[in-house]
Amino acid sequence: MMRGKHAVDAIFLVITAVAMLAALYMALLYAPTEQTMGDVQRIFYFHVPSAWVAFFAFFLVFLFSFIYLMRGGRQWDIRASAAAEIGVLFCSLVLITGPIWAKPVWGIWWTWDARLTLTLVLWLIYVAYLMLRHYVIDPERRATFSAVVGIMGFIDVPIVYFSIRWWRTQHPQPVLAGGEDSGLDPAMWQALLVCVVAFMLLFFFLLRKRTELQYLRDDLDALHERFDQTVP
Amino acid sequence: MRRTLAAILWKDLKIELRTKEAFSASFVFSVLVLVIFNFTLDLSSDEALKLGAGFLWIAFVFAGVLSLNRSFALEKEENCIQGLLLAPIDRGAIYVGKFLANVIFMLVTEIMVLPLFAIFFNVAIVERLWLLLVIFVLGTVGFSAVGTLFSAIAAQTRMREVMLPILLLPVTVPILIASVETTAFALGAQEGASFWFKLLIVYDVIFFTVGLLTFEYVLQE
Repeated sequence: MMRGKHAVDAIFLVITAVAMLAALYMALLYAPTEQTMGDVQRIFYFHVPSAWVAFFAFFLVFLFSFIYLMRGGRQWDIRASAAAEIGVLFCSLVLITGPIWAKPVWGIWWTWDARLTLTLVLWLIYVAYLMLRHYVIDPERRATFSAVVGIMGFIDVPIVYFSIRWWRTQHPQPVLAGGEDSGLDPAMWQALLVCVVAFMLLFFFLLRKRTELQYLRDDLDALHERFDQTVP
Repeated sequence: MRRTLAAILWKDLKIELRTKEAFSASFVFSVLVLVIFNFTLDLSSDEALKLGAGFLWIAFVFAGVLSLNRSFALEKEENCIQGLLLAPIDRGAIYVGKFLANVIFMLVTEIMVLPLFAIFFNVAIVERLWLLLVIFVLGTVGFSAVGTLFSAIAAQTRMREVMLPILLLPVTVPILIASVETTAFALGAQEGASFWFKLLIVYDVIFFTVGLLTFEYVLQE
């Protein structure tokens, strides 16, 4: 049983590693250099997949939280919290890679544009989710509370998005040099696709490892408890 | 259902009428926020009209967090929450009763702060006073719908005073934007706000429903 699990882990790790190398190759060498933005545009191949993975992770938090509230079961709480942690990780990557690209291209680090603002608000919601988990000691309460926040947070996403979008259109936009929506070269699409697949694999690999780690921690806690009870 | 709801609401109102703790804290705090804005920004009357809606809601939100924090911290003291949970009543009634009490506490502060705001910043509020009050109700309902639920959660954590605003403020971003925009409209600082009125109502309905449905999980013993 254990050996089979390790074999799956090893295969998963190799596939993810190869995919990440392929993603690096596609983003840095294969994809043509963008005409106006130059090499800095290549950060796009990591920025966009990170954003998709982060949003997907937050959707999973919602899904697992919902299942937890409906049916119970510690595994759903562990999965939800693991997805939230990795989601915050990728969301942080989005918020870091974005300004690195924006400064040379737009001339500014940050603008309160709808998508940027939504990402920042999401990051704050899920950081709060993780903090909440940290501050509740009883595991069952922690699971229930964070499930409620995980559901509220995700229901909020479309409302936040529409409110920010509407709010922005009423205010002056910063001057943007060069649009990013000007059609992508087929080679760029291919590079983006490979990067998305690689990041998704990485996400699921991390999710699997993080969940496993939590089970091990639970086992350790149980052992500690038994030890405390037997040894006065 | 209606009687249990009224009993919970009356209990909270009675505590407040006797102690006046939530009100005095949030009222003094709101006034302080306005005074501090005046010192840090030193605004002319025109600027104050443009930014006034934002000032008001920052004051309301921070004062609201103070009174929401008390809402369930109060029940935790002396283990009152155990009594509520032992009573053979619907958990939904506890949520609605607490929610109504929180809305009333926040509204009282808001209504008291409004004239002071008008005096301090020389802004005319009489013209569309009714509209302003409707906006206060709509904004406060949405804020308390989420706030009551999160207050119950935060009260059961180790860092309750800190946890509530950290949980509540990002989730209530839409209600904050919509309230500020509609208030700016009512103050005559901007034109047209029908989208924001709709958003306020939609937000209120959604989050009151979700709050009611999830509250029973939050109160468990």
